[in-house]
Amino acid sequence: MHRFANPARFLKIARVATPLLVVPGLLLTIAGLYIGLFASPPDYQQGDSVRIMYVHVPAAWLGSGGYLGLALASAAALIWRHPLASVAARAIALPGALFTAICLVSGSLWGKPTWGTYWVWDARLTSMLVLLFLYLGYLALSSAESEREDARGAAILSLVGVINLPIIKYSVEWWHTLHQGASITLTKSAIDPAMLLPLFLSLGGFTLLFGGIVLMRMRTELATTRVRVRNRRMAEAHA
Amino acid sequence: MIHAEFIAPAYGLTIAGLAGLLLVSWLRMRAAEAAAEKLRR
Repeated sequence: MHRFANPARFLKIARVATPLLVVPGLLLTIAGLYIGLFASPPDYQQGDSVRIMYVHVPAAWLGSGGYLGLALASAAALIWRHPLASVAARAIALPGALFTAICLVSGSLWGKPTWGTYWVWDARLTSMLVLLFLYLGYLALSSAESEREDARGAAILSLVGVINLPIIKYSVEWWHTLHQGASITLTKSAIDPAMLLPLFLSLGGFTLLFGGIVLMRMRTELATTRVRVRNRRMAEAHA
Repeated sequence: MIHAEFIAPAYGLTIAGLAGLLLVSWLRMRAAEAAAEKLRR
């Protein structure tokens, strides 16, 4: 892992990997959303509102998975003090927050026709809202600490927030919730194969786009840092 | 399509959010890398 943590080597790989993630990501997302909207069957109970699943479920998985990635990168930054790990954590936070927000809003829009309400303070919904606040807290704290080289507050906050991930996952089992339990596990699925196709296309597309956005944001921060360091050195040389 | 009033905003928000973040990230990356390259020369 340390071999790839060299910024120059990382940039070389990232320049090749970015279009390889973004272009197929866009194609898969377009295919998934098109099939989800127009070519998949309505649910026998929920009717057409089930089509919201094709954006809601992948957004939920990426919101939670993104936070795990953020926490792992923060842990690597705290343990090995490698700046690339901090750059990765900061790059993950905004797309992670976006997917969590998409999950919450699309879930709310799905809730009205199926449950009769946009929102209930149910364990799954509340723990996802807490996840959004954790992302926003991390973004605010890392922005406030951006000038400090020994800053650790945002990384520590992200590690503390990991406790929320099993709460999100098991909330539907630990408490009586309005939100349904898992329809897909590693071994079985309660979803019709005609609905699984757009779901997995969207999931694949969103995941690739998430990766592409993270790489672009990392490249931006590395280039900005290079310019800032060069400008500082030039100012010191002229002083 | 039944429930279009709920489906359309869910898809609209997702597409706008993803496309917006993708575009902003790409533009900022291009600008930052162009500035770094200019300084290197």
